[in-house]
Amino acid sequence: MIHSLFLINSSGDIFLEKHWKSVVSRSVCDYFFEAQERATEAENVPPVIPTPHHYLLSVYRHKIFFVAVIQTEVPPLFVIEFLHRVVDTFQDYFGVCSEPVIKDNVVVVYEVLEEMLDNGFPLATESNILKELIKPPTILRTVVNTITGSTNVGDQLPTGQLSVVPWRRTGVKYTNNEAYFDVIEEIDAIIDKSGSTITAEIQGVIDACVKLTGMPDLTLSFMNPRLLDDVSFHPCVRFKRWESERILSFIPPDGNFRLLSYHVSAQNLVAIPVYVKHNISFRDSSSLGRFEITVGPKQTMGKTIEGVTVTSQMPKGVLNMSLTPSQGTHTFDPVTKMLSWDVGKINPQKPPNLKGTMSLQAGASKPDENPTINLQFKIQQLAISGLKVNRLDMYGEKYKPFKGIKYMTKAGKFQVRT
Amino acid sequence: MSSNSFSYNEQSGGGEATELGQEATSTISPSGAFGLFSSDLKKNEDLKQMLESNKDSAKLDAMKRIVGMIAKGKNASELFPAVVKNVASKNIEIKKLVYVYLVRYAEEQQDLALLSISTFQRALKDPNQLIRASALRVLSSIRVPIIVPIMMLAIKEASADLSPYVRKNAAHAIQKLYSLDPEQKEMLIEVIEKLLKDKSTLVAGSVVMAFEEVCPDRIDLIHKNYRKLCNLLVDVEEWGQVVIIHMLTRYARTQFVSPWKEGDELEDNEKNFYESDDDQKEKTDKRKKPYTMDPDHRLLIRNTKPLLQSRNAAVVMAVAQLYWHISPKSEAGIISKSLVRLLRSNREVQYIVLQNIATMSIQRKGMFEPYLKSFYVRSTDPTMIKTLKLEILTNLANEANISTLLREFQTYVKSQDKQFAAATIQTIGRCATNIVEVTDTCLNGLVCLLSNRDEIVVAESVVVIKKLLQMQPVQHGEIIKHMAKLLDSITVPVARASILWLIGENCERVPKIAPDVLRKMAKSFTSEDDLVKLQILNLGAKLYLTNSKQTKLLTQYILNLGKYDQNYDIRDRTRFIRQLIVPNEKSGALSKYAKKIFLAQKPAPLLESPFKDRDHFQLGTLSHTLNIKATGYLELSNWPEVAPDPSVRNVEVIELAKEWTPAGKAKQENSAKKFYSESEEEEDSSDSSSDSESESGSESGEEGDSNEDSSEDSSSEQDSESGRESGLENKRTAKRNSKAKGKSGSEDEEKENEKSKTSDSSNAESSSIEDSSSDSESESESESESESRKVTQEKEKKTKQGRTPLTKDVSLLDLDDFNPVSTPVALPIPALSPSLMADLEGLNLSTSSSVISVSTPVFVPTKTHVLLHRMSGKGLAAHYFFPRQPCIFGDKMVSIQITLNNTTDQKIENIHIGEKKLPIGLKMHVFNPIDSLEPEGSITVSMGIDFCDSTQTASFQLCTKDDCFSVNIQPPVGELLLPVAMSEKDFKKEQACLSALHLLSKPRNANRNE
Repeated sequence: MIHSLFLINSSGDIFLEKHWKSVVSRSVCDYFFEAQERATEAENVPPVIPTPHHYLLSVYRHKIFFVAVIQTEVPPLFVIEFLHRVVDTFQDYFGVCSEPVIKDNVVVVYEVLEEMLDNGFPLATESNILKELIKPPTILRTVVNTITGSTNVGDQLPTGQLSVVPWRRTGVKYTNNEAYFDVIEEIDAIIDKSGSTITAEIQGVIDACVKLTGMPDLTLSFMNPRLLDDVSFHPCVRFKRWESERILSFIPPDGNFRLLSYHVSAQNLVAIPVYVKHNISFRDSSSLGRFEITVGPKQTMGKTIEGVTVTSQMPKGVLNMSLTPSQGTHTFDPVTKMLSWDVGKINPQKPPNLKGTMSLQAGASKPDENPTINLQFKIQQLAISGLKVNRLDMYGEKYKPFKGIKYMTKAGKFQVRT
Repeated sequence: MSSNSFSYNEQSGGGEATELGQEATSTISPSGAFGLFSSDLKKNEDLKQMLESNKDSAKLDAMKRIVGMIAKGKNASELFPAVVKNVASKNIEIKKLVYVYLVRYAEEQQDLALLSISTFQRALKDPNQLIRASALRVLSSIRVPIIVPIMMLAIKEASADLSPYVRKNAAHAIQKLYSLDPEQKEMLIEVIEKLLKDKSTLVAGSVVMAFEEVCPDRIDLIHKNYRKLCNLLVDVEEWGQVVIIHMLTRYARTQFVSPWKEGDELEDNEKNFYESDDDQKEKTDKRKKPYTMDPDHRLLIRNTKPLLQSRNAAVVMAVAQLYWHISPKSEAGIISKSLVRLLRSNREVQYIVLQNIATMSIQRKGMFEPYLKSFYVRSTDPTMIKTLKLEILTNLANEANISTLLREFQTYVKSQDKQFAAATIQTIGRCATNIVEVTDTCLNGLVCLLSNRDEIVVAESVVVIKKLLQMQPVQHGEIIKHMAKLLDSITVPVARASILWLIGENCERVPKIAPDVLRKMAKSFTSEDDLVKLQILNLGAKLYLTNSKQTKLLTQYILNLGKYDQNYDIRDRTRFIRQLIVPNEKSGALSKYAKKIFLAQKPAPLLESPFKDRDHFQLGTLSHTLNIKATGYLELSNWPEVAPDPSVRNVEVIELAKEWTPAGKAKQENSAKKFYSESEEEEDSSDSSSDSESESGSESGEEGDSNEDSSEDSSSEQDSESGRESGLENKRTAKRNSKAKGKSGSEDEEKENEKSKTSDSSNAESSSIEDSSSDSESESESESESESRKVTQEKEKKTKQGRTPLTKDVSLLDLDDFNPVSTPVALPIPALSPSLMADLEGLNLSTSSSVISVSTPVFVPTKTHVLLHRMSGKGLAAHYFFPRQPCIFGDKMVSIQITLNNTTDQKIENIHIGEKKLPIGLKMHVFNPIDSLEPEGSITVSMGIDFCDSTQTASFQLCTKDDCFSVNIQPPVGELLLPVAMSEKDFKKEQACLSALHLLSKPRNANRNE
């Protein structure tokens, strides 16, 4: 399956290579560089590149290309999903996944990669198992290791590897037993010029941080489970139970994990919590354009909207902008033509506003499209779909855990066309 | 010294240098000037010293640095001797790093690599499974041809290891060995066959991967494991799931008939109607129809459905393609929701998923229509995603949604991403041709775009309008005039060429403009692009033919220009046109037809989706993504006309029997399975059995861990058997024995028939048993699996190991008919006593309301037993086996087939059975004497023995003309039983009647021949 892996940074240097079968020369990456050149932008590099003898499958994350070399037919998503899993694992191990971090921890990276794949076929990808095989580097452990000479490498087969709950290790112990669940919903929407919704969907996830002793068996029930249109589960969730009772029943992995992701489709009416009023006009004759945006709350169920940022890719003809915000700060990069306005909290009484003029290239005709406005915001304590967790119960262990649920709504891909 | 030059070369990279610097400072003796040969040499020397030191910490440090070098792609092969010495290090981290090094360089240093082999061989025997496994991993990863035999041996041993983790590694090693030495294929297939039978979910994915790599054509190896794989699928790790699903898709396409038969629509509707109900109803309904889905086919479709909820995109895609390729069309709809969900994922995942959706949406629009808006393009999408979304939107366009779509397209056309805008215009063109209602609207819209400021947009519009006009014989003089005016401003060659071509084609409709255009073009001819020049020539020729009065001179002027053009294509064309249109004495008959040639009606181009031709590739594959057949792509075969024998998938009884374990030794997979279905399970098991329930609670982790141990201990017995079942088996065995002593019922149809008029009560009981089993089957898959195991009689394992498979299609079908709920796995069926069974046999034949059915042996082992060895038989060899067919000689007899071989070089004459020494009660029907057996010849005869339901030995003499040999046959218990289909409820009821079972008082439930 996966022959080799090359890590390539944004300037086109291969800074790590790993081979699981016989060595593939790094010159194979030349095909990749070619494609990269053609694509101009990193985002546009095709994920699958055929070369005469190999196929290059790549993912681009954290400004690093992870290029897998394969030789024979294989489901491309298999490789892509695996590469993403590799990135997730690195992030899990080192906190961030960046070139310097990988270079600093090259031995751990190598050991982890060695465990993740055998002969190109995934062996252990569950982070709980990996962490037992190869302990993530921490400052404390590094110090201890240098003194005692112990290693980061486990010498026993992780218990999870063979058990029925491979995602959980045995013998977990905590003094404070706690289980936190974050219900996070993202609104993906396209709003048209006049402010009406073209398409809107809610994508939700429940992220959990569970630190419980032993083998707890949890059930999580919802007030309104029917809302969830399409769900995908962490492997720990018992599917049958969900099918029949709409209850999430599971033995949780230890630590942080994504329990569930769901989708509330466009058919259901999605409440859009903000409105954007805009007045952007270019005039053919003059070299000045007018620009004004106002952001205000719409249906927020009484919660405040915070963390608002507005970004917009201005047309090439715009040379500079002189704007004054009623609150927050704004920047305009004349090279990339990117306008961003960090608004902060929205005060319903005084909706924030950004107003000013744009100076356009003299003599050039006016751009025929107004820029699209991308919006980011956060609303705490609210799940916009109305999803509510009813209760969380624990079985199988005697102690009383501390439980907590948090709701949050965020903007996903939220665009306003102007 | 290549390493030196190599690293020297790398000094050019700045990052490299600093990196080296860091390394250097961290070492004991820093080599300051890292750029130089000498220092580099020294550095390696220094590493060597560290490796040879006594301190582990120094060694570890050195190894870490070496791994760092490998990671950067630097050559560290010269350190091989120093590194390989440390392979036996006690420190596990050093050991691991040495392994990493070995795997990387062993190929280059084969001789030295051999030094390490003995260490691995020792490690293969280590009590720690992790060490065994990693030793096997490294050993098999060292690509040194000399050690192939050692690897082979190691793989064979590891494939029988108690630890499933080691067995998993063995499966991986198979592929490695195969790529190293394909000659080992046959041997490896044997190992694969063995591992395929493995019950561990850990092994399943890896072994199927090995299967796909080594022998994907040996589909016959899958038959017996098909149901097991289907049932285990949910619990296999996600990567294994992908591989297994892809393999099973291929399998299903060869083994089942197409569910997409004529009348699909009708059936589909019905099915939808029933879908809300339980599966049973659907099945009963379907059974009445000419097409019935093979229960195994259904099993696969049903068991993969929950995986659509997987968090792994590859799994979801694999299930989606499975549904697309093998499920009835009406059921494939459920995948669209999941695929649309994947669109939220990373760009790369989106790219692949969108491609697959594009292919699907061409064939079945309806599937994705409800999700139309999910494909709306965002300005932040990368271009490749945008174009794919556009493609899908085009495929989904229909009369109902086109107006919305066109409005959406208008926004896209204005996009700043001009490449995307151009693609949108193409799309509008395609919509215009596909949907007649909007053709005019689209055309108008495109004409408006002609006044767009962006040239690319205008050019693309021109090209598309040209195509549209070509398709419509209707007059569009106005548009053409408008486009003629554009010639002054537009510069894109393709667009100019398109306009000229349009004018040329319609020159008679715009008689005033065309000559004028030609005039303008003649002026600018020399500065035009080649593409445009060709079209100018064409236009000239066409005008010359239709309007020679006005354009004769102009055309000749252009032809003269063309004659001296730099491009030979243009010179060629000029010469050709001149000969064709300008009449002169030499011109032949062709010039008469010039007008017809130039102004012929041209067929309109078809605007087709680029994804149209991709559907011959299996979805979700690399080949589909690239639209090229990738190396190693396995063609998805067409559905067979007639389904191959479904009985080949019947589960082997021995295997199940082997798995029998004492109660309490609950098995791993089962508990894993329970994980997802324990609720029903618990209820079920509590009333279904009197035995201990180790499995119902086994979802809890501790249980799982204890299982782990037991499964390691008894790997051969690995399975999801539970204590309860084994308990039952105990009872059954007991019963059987009692029966064996009491009765002399063996194996006869006559007897069965004769008994078919026995008590009604037994009938009733059996019926209830069947009911109950149907219940359980509906409840959960695992339940039915365990159900099937209830049938297994553990003793059979000794004997059944190998007889030729024998199938009776007819009765299998019957079984299906009468047993509408039969789940695919339920083929090994609870058995009743021969007498009871016999009743039912009769019933079966007469009425469909029959409650119990004698099933054919679901499988017949091919293993033969030696009756007479050729050594002791002076060249005459005799083997026997139990064909498990009703004996023709008597209803109580067990039929036995004896194969006689003559291994001498002379004829053996008059083979017959001599003196018989039978215990009391035993009867025997001998075969007819054989006159002669040619050298190397063999003959098969059948005989019947009535063992009186006991395992007593039948001794007799096998005689030839000259000699007599004493031989004996002892039947294994399993061969005395008869297979019976019975539902669980029936079984329970029956079982309830057998409360005194342990007392052996009621031998009713003894069975014969499974």
